[in-house]
Amino acid sequence: MTDLTKLSAAALADKLASGEVSSVEATQAHLDRIAAVDGDVHAFLHVSDHALDVAADIDRRRAAGEQLGPVAGVPLAIKDVLVTTDMPSTSGSKILEGFMSPYDATVVARSRAAGLVPLGKTNMDEFAMGSSTEHSAYGPTRNPWDLERIPGGSGGGSAAAVAAFEAPLALGSDTGGSIRQPAHVTGTVGMKPTYGGVSRYGAIALASSLDQVGPVTRTVLDAGLLHDVIGGHDPHDATSLTDEWPSFAAAAREGATGDVLKGLKVGVIRELPDSGFQSGVSESFRAAIAAMEAQGAEIVEVSAPHFEYGVAAYYLILPAEASSNLAKFDSVRFGLRVDVPGGTVEDVMAATREAGFGDEVKRRVILGTYALSAGYYDAYYGSAQKVRTLIQRDFDEAFAQVDVIATPSAPTTAFKLGEKIDDPMQMYLNDVTTIPANLAGVPGISIPSGLAPEDGLPVGIQFLAPAREDARLYRVGAALEALLVESWGGPLLDRAPALRQAQGPTGQAQGPTGQAQGPTGQAQGPTGRAHGSTGQAQGPTGGAR
Amino acid sequence: MAKDKLMDFDEALELFEPVLGFEVHVELNTETKMFSRAANPANSANHGAEPNTLVAPVDMGLPGSLPVVNETAVRYSISLGLALGCSIAPSSRFARKNYFYPDLGKNYQISQYDEPIAFDGQVDVELSDGTIVSVPIERAHMEEDAGKLTHMGGATGRIHGAEYSLVDYNRAGVPLVEIVTKPIFGAEHRAPEIAKAYVQTIRDIVIALGISEARMERGNLRCDANVSLRPRGQEKLGIRTETKNVNSMRSVERAVRYEIQRQAAILAAGGTITQETRHWHEDTGTTSPGRPKSDADDYRYFPEPDLLPVEPSPELVDELRAALPEPPAAHRRRLKAEWGFTDLEFQDVVNGGLLAEVEATIAAGAAPAAARKWWTGEITRIANAQGREPVELVTPTHVAELQGLVDEGTLTDKLARQVLEGVIAGEGSPQQVVDARGLAVVSDDTALLAAIDEALASQPDVLEKIRDGKVQAAGAIIGAVMKAMKGQADAARVRELILERAAQ
Amino acid sequence: MSEITPDLVRHLGVLARIQLSDAEVERLTGQLDVIVDNIAKVSQVATPDVPATSHPIAMSNVFRPDVVGDMLTPEQVLQNAPDAADGRFRVTAILGEEQ
Repeated sequence: MTDLTKLSAAALADKLASGEVSSVEATQAHLDRIAAVDGDVHAFLHVSDHALDVAADIDRRRAAGEQLGPVAGVPLAIKDVLVTTDMPSTSGSKILEGFMSPYDATVVARSRAAGLVPLGKTNMDEFAMGSSTEHSAYGPTRNPWDLERIPGGSGGGSAAAVAAFEAPLALGSDTGGSIRQPAHVTGTVGMKPTYGGVSRYGAIALASSLDQVGPVTRTVLDAGLLHDVIGGHDPHDATSLTDEWPSFAAAAREGATGDVLKGLKVGVIRELPDSGFQSGVSESFRAAIAAMEAQGAEIVEVSAPHFEYGVAAYYLILPAEASSNLAKFDSVRFGLRVDVPGGTVEDVMAATREAGFGDEVKRRVILGTYALSAGYYDAYYGSAQKVRTLIQRDFDEAFAQVDVIATPSAPTTAFKLGEKIDDPMQMYLNDVTTIPANLAGVPGISIPSGLAPEDGLPVGIQFLAPAREDARLYRVGAALEALLVESWGGPLLDRAPALRQAQGPTGQAQGPTGQAQGPTGQAQGPTGRAHGSTGQAQGPTGGAR
Repeated sequence: MAKDKLMDFDEALELFEPVLGFEVHVELNTETKMFSRAANPANSANHGAEPNTLVAPVDMGLPGSLPVVNETAVRYSISLGLALGCSIAPSSRFARKNYFYPDLGKNYQISQYDEPIAFDGQVDVELSDGTIVSVPIERAHMEEDAGKLTHMGGATGRIHGAEYSLVDYNRAGVPLVEIVTKPIFGAEHRAPEIAKAYVQTIRDIVIALGISEARMERGNLRCDANVSLRPRGQEKLGIRTETKNVNSMRSVERAVRYEIQRQAAILAAGGTITQETRHWHEDTGTTSPGRPKSDADDYRYFPEPDLLPVEPSPELVDELRAALPEPPAAHRRRLKAEWGFTDLEFQDVVNGGLLAEVEATIAAGAAPAAARKWWTGEITRIANAQGREPVELVTPTHVAELQGLVDEGTLTDKLARQVLEGVIAGEGSPQQVVDARGLAVVSDDTALLAAIDEALASQPDVLEKIRDGKVQAAGAIIGAVMKAMKGQADAARVRELILERAAQ
Repeated sequence: MSEITPDLVRHLGVLARIQLSDAEVERLTGQLDVIVDNIAKVSQVATPDVPATSHPIAMSNVFRPDVVGDMLTPEQVLQNAPDAADGRFRVTAILGEEQ
């Protein structure tokens, strides 16, 4: 049988629908893959101990003749920022170790209703603050292309999971690039919807006015399929849009086969000179643009004079909102509690947050507290909200001239673990091309554009569209993807180095500790402790393996 | 702690001019909370719920939870703003007030900061002698209530010395409207009276609007009283204190009076007033300093990013304005005329804070005089004896039912008072108490005649006396019969029957 | 314009209820300093004539009907409680004032 893990979600969904493959088989294949490689990759913080039960139920219903949705039976990885009732939700933080939410995030509930099979929760920078997943309290995730390198952040786990073929679909969240930048460094696809296009209910909040949940996949069509499941108005989220959305899968199919690129006006931002970018990144970007031009696209230089203030504005708005959003983690109702003998509850709160928050989180909470403090609001937070207005105006003017804007998804390819961790400002510049979309609320997608010749690492190209024009991104993204994949002779991920598969003496795929998997297919993590035990997700406490 | 020195009130007023301010929090009685769909404990249907049974995810700050605004609460808030004579903001926003406290589910309160829904109003407050005081309203804004902390261990059960505290989030998220006055000048020696009348007026307004149960003893209506003194002739305002925990109308009056006296004593002795929050203690009739606020007032307000601006259309505002009930003073004038009370009788009702109750009792079928008699008479007497508010003891519906039983002859006034005691004791409705205790007037003539004959047997000369024209001799028999019947007889009927006997 | 001092950082730590060690205060003072300098750049373009945007997609009057739902059972409310008694969350003595 074909390696089921190598199939796109669309292809797998077809085989499930036709009955050629069962969901149990598909799920087992992915659980095996996780067991084989996740010891090295560490994409998952928790692997579900009942995924096969869920899969079996889908198979049963299909056999009984029930009409199931287009992606029913396909496995799904879920970023640990999304709360789930049946698996712990930590948001990558010690302060939420073992937390079991009594309700499912709306996107999780919709995924379950669509018949997707949750495989587990994926790793992330703590509370989604970061661009490398090095700030996870449970150890970093490694880039499947090169295990010494970062998979991007904050959603490195989801991106690595799909890049390593551990899951065909994953959910992520994007506040300043946390879906798009990991897609770029792992050769995968990541889409941030228009703000309000997908419900935030159940996404542990980082910056409420910037956060969006979106799909993380290997192909544009797969992203469209997942987006169709999770998107749309949610009465639980007052900021969710009431628009009726078209099918994004349909848009992707249109893009792949139609004549989308002919006459398409593609904007390139004058103020983002690629001299600031790694040469291989710029080269790949220019090549992708040229390929579009060859198909009849018109490349137009547009001006976005205020984008350069985006990072600064973002690093005021985000910490400010985050400092307020993270105040709820105080030892009283859930999460970590550090006892202080004879201490007041104020002492306990302070000791708990000291122990439970990592350095990056503390840094941003303190900065945010400062930005909102009496006397500083106007100069910092208030001013930053004005930059938002200016960036929106830049976009409005640009989109009056072009249909989409194209940028490299990030300035560099995947850097090495530990390389930037001590220089927060350096780290923050990773987001320079992705941040404007979050500030303005417009949608953005990153698709693979090629490999940088100097290091052979993936590069992504980002497209941006006006607010509510998400479908346009699927059409354009799919069109370029089709072109590029044809020119490569296959998906970019085919060129990723093979990951070593942990094998034991019995030849059975095993966890790295050498213990055989049991018949239930329960995956074993690097510490040998079963993931998916009832609620106590324990990850490695130190650095990576 | 040393007892506060107090200056004589009149002396204080000679030296100083009191300036008042009030922050009244009104709990709305919507079905659900302000930002969540949990059932609202400030709606009487949910009163007395077990702890943590009225909680939705956002009320306890569960990760990922989000607020969504209750449309009815917004309508109620606009109506209240209009009733306070305020302008309604064409656009207002919610803001986060950030501070840490265990009774806050999220460690921020969603409130309104510089964009309240209503602002710049005025309320006419009528005092007992008919004087109208115009109280200027700064603003009224929407916000959510906090949960309830119960302090355990420690001597007094208050925070100091407590070993631990228990937190119940039922109340977290209850819709509140906070009404803030501008400084009130010219109250002079009527300041305590005006304070009480103001809060009563607010209560009347919200009850008339039907937007709050307004039970102060349940915390549906909470008043923080701000008091400052300035020496006569001085321009600059004095330092003010804020007194909380003022849980009844009586407390409002007493607390304001106390603070005036306390502050005057300090200032006269050359001291300065500490700007602080104080607690009112009903049992000792004093205020004491609260603990210092931990966050030193840096609430780091910013617009609530999870919620969108509230922009009531002019049509909606007009609709709500047209639906407003008449203002309290006009309302009172109309009632006084309808009910035909004397000024004094009417004032008794108003001063007792019983206007709404009397009105409701009349609406339930009782005659105005009877309603007044019950509420200002027996019910107030019992309330004072028990140290409770009249409204806590019995409902207007029950009072009307009770009077109905008197009107139809089932009860005498005396029996009715016994039934009232039973109702207050929680034995049920008046009819239920009558049935359970067997208190109905005996209307069966046979039984009455039997008792009459027995009484006559021991006083045989009475019939003669009556036949001789000394009708008042019947009194002795009536008395004996009433005693024998344990009061469960209609004295007038007994008298009739005796006279019939005599005529035979 | 750098205004971050160790005292300020300690005060911010109190406001944010994070007990910072001396080493952390020192490190944070340095890091926040660098960031804040860079961020002051924002005020260059944030002139009085530019309105602030708090919501990326403008909407207003988003309400829900006053209908009960979404309630948790008390067991669910307490299921992650670090300490509870009598159906309520339990915390140690409280220092500050109710607000």
